Amino acid sequence: MELLLDNISHHYGDFEVMRDITLEIPAGKIVCLIGPSGCGKSTLLRIIGGLEQPQQGSVVQIGEPPADSLNPLTYVFQDFALLPWRTVEGNISLVLEEHGIRGKRADEIITAVLMRTKLADFRKALPKQLSGGMKQRVGIARALAVNPAVMLMDEPLSALDSQTRELLMDDLIALWTRQPFTAVYVTHNLQEAVRLGHRIVVLSRRPGVIREILEIEKPLTDRRFGDSDLESHQKHLWTLMREEAMASDMELVSV
Amino acid sequence: MSEATLNTARRPVAFRGGGFAPKTMRWVGPLVFAALIAFAEYGTRAGFISNLTMPRPSDVLATFITLWESGLLWQHLLPSLTRLAVGAAAGAAAGIAVGVFIALLSYIRAALVPLVAAIFPIPKIALLPLFVIWFGIDEGSKYALIALGTFTPTVVATYGAVDNVDRSLIRMGQSFGLSWFSIVRKIVLPGAMPGILSGLRVSFAIAIILLVAAEMLGAEFGVGAYILEAGSLYDLERLFVGVTILSILGVGVSSLLGLVEKRVLGWRV
Ligand SMILES: Nc1ncnc2c1ncn2[C@@H]1O[C@H](COP(=O)(O)OP(=O)(O)OP(=O)(O)O)[C@@H](O)[C@H]1O
Ligand SMILES: [Mg+2]
Repeated sequence: MELLLDNISHHYGDFEVMRDITLEIPAGKIVCLIGPSGCGKSTLLRIIGGLEQPQQGSVVQIGEPPADSLNPLTYVFQDFALLPWRTVEGNISLVLEEHGIRGKRADEIITAVLMRTKLADFRKALPKQLSGGMKQRVGIARALAVNPAVMLMDEPLSALDSQTRELLMDDLIALWTRQPFTAVYVTHNLQEAVRLGHRIVVLSRRPGVIREILEIEKPLTDRRFGDSDLESHQKHLWTLMREEAMASDMELVSV
Repeated sequence: MSEATLNTARRPVAFRGGGFAPKTMRWVGPLVFAALIAFAEYGTRAGFISNLTMPRPSDVLATFITLWESGLLWQHLLPSLTRLAVGAAAGAAAGIAVGVFIALLSYIRAALVPLVAAIFPIPKIALLPLFVIWFGIDEGSKYALIALGTFTPTVVATYGAVDNVDRSLIRMGQSFGLSWFSIVRKIVLPGAMPGILSGLRVSFAIAIILLVAAEMLGAEFGVGAYILEAGSLYDLERLFVGVTILSILGVGVSSLLGLVEKRVLGWRV
């Protein structure tokens, strides 16, 4: 299943957040969205997943999601959004119960996703017992459990320290390599973008418009921390971002 | 380290991170009770507290034991407990349900919040005659009185608690396609539980107060009737027995809630 964002504009009152966003989300690819703070990345992600309605334009789903997909558009949240009163297992079964999956079948799915996210030993733990990196693994496991057609990730790693982030990035790459998934990945972190993105979309400052789309052909598995070609992409992105950030600083001064 | 830092005075950084973290201290509460009772006992024996101002605790205990042995205790206590249980359970259940609806449905909120605000400050006991007409002179009116008294504070506590449930969790539920009913049952209610339970502490205390009031106004048996009878005879020992039973009831209800909190809210950090 592919997604097409067709000419999306959105504003809150007279506060224009984004304008004329047209973008393809191809199947099996990770699209990274970057842009200065407040340019509407989170809003766009909410629009893509149907949690918010754009004032203009629409999100079009091209093709059918796989038949076994329980929740085609599935989020991974920055703040994890785990229910603190449920164990790791309970948090995952929460989203399965809704589809009538209980007992042995739920058990199998939970075991499988916990295995894939290296959480098998923490099945009975409560969120308060887990580190930030673990919590986000649970968030990812929960998303995998419903077999999404598109994963919508809003700065999933930004609440984590840089070592944990590095490890989780490797995990995400491993997950994708085993079974390519489609994702829209919002981030502030350019390094994350060049490591994970097949396609990197740079948004301008508010009102967000698409400033540039960068394709990186190099396979995810061949990308390493500190690769020189990735660094040059990152530098290029940083130049773009810096212009935007500086311009929006100037705007603040002039207000 | 440089010469200068080696020679200057040193002292440890003072600890200032203590306090603001309640610890469980089981013995303090009982100790306070014991000290107060011992003081009253000593005072009445030594004579600086006259028998008219305060009965001697040992006499109160003796009166309690006679009450126990005569079997009258249960005759008074059982109807009271039944009234309390039925009334408070009905009021709390209705209060939680209405509170959740108020918090989640804008129309109901707009319609009921002013109504609840209007009912809350009415001393419910003033409505007893009305309840007697509506629900009969027997148990019905007492249940209704206790239920109404428990209802309003529970509603207010519940909708406050639901308003405070983390919105991002609700959004998470929606994003996974959970139905409205599932979101309420699995996310909103557990998330509001801490607030609801602390509201219930207040509600149940009010229920005990109203229980006594209702029984004073018209009951043959019950702790309230017992206290009223003792009071009109100026029998301070029996009065204090009655009051003590109420206090014990209060402590019992409160520690019961404490147990529930411990079981249900173990997930809190
Ligand atoms: N519900 C809302 N009502 C009013 N304004 C909103 C609302 N949601 C977002 N905004 C505003 O819209 C703008 C875009 O917000 P959004 O959260 O999408 O930005 P973002 O690009 O994700 O920023 P960040 O990088 O800081 O996460 C912000 O200026 C924000 O204040
Ligand atoms: Mg954001």
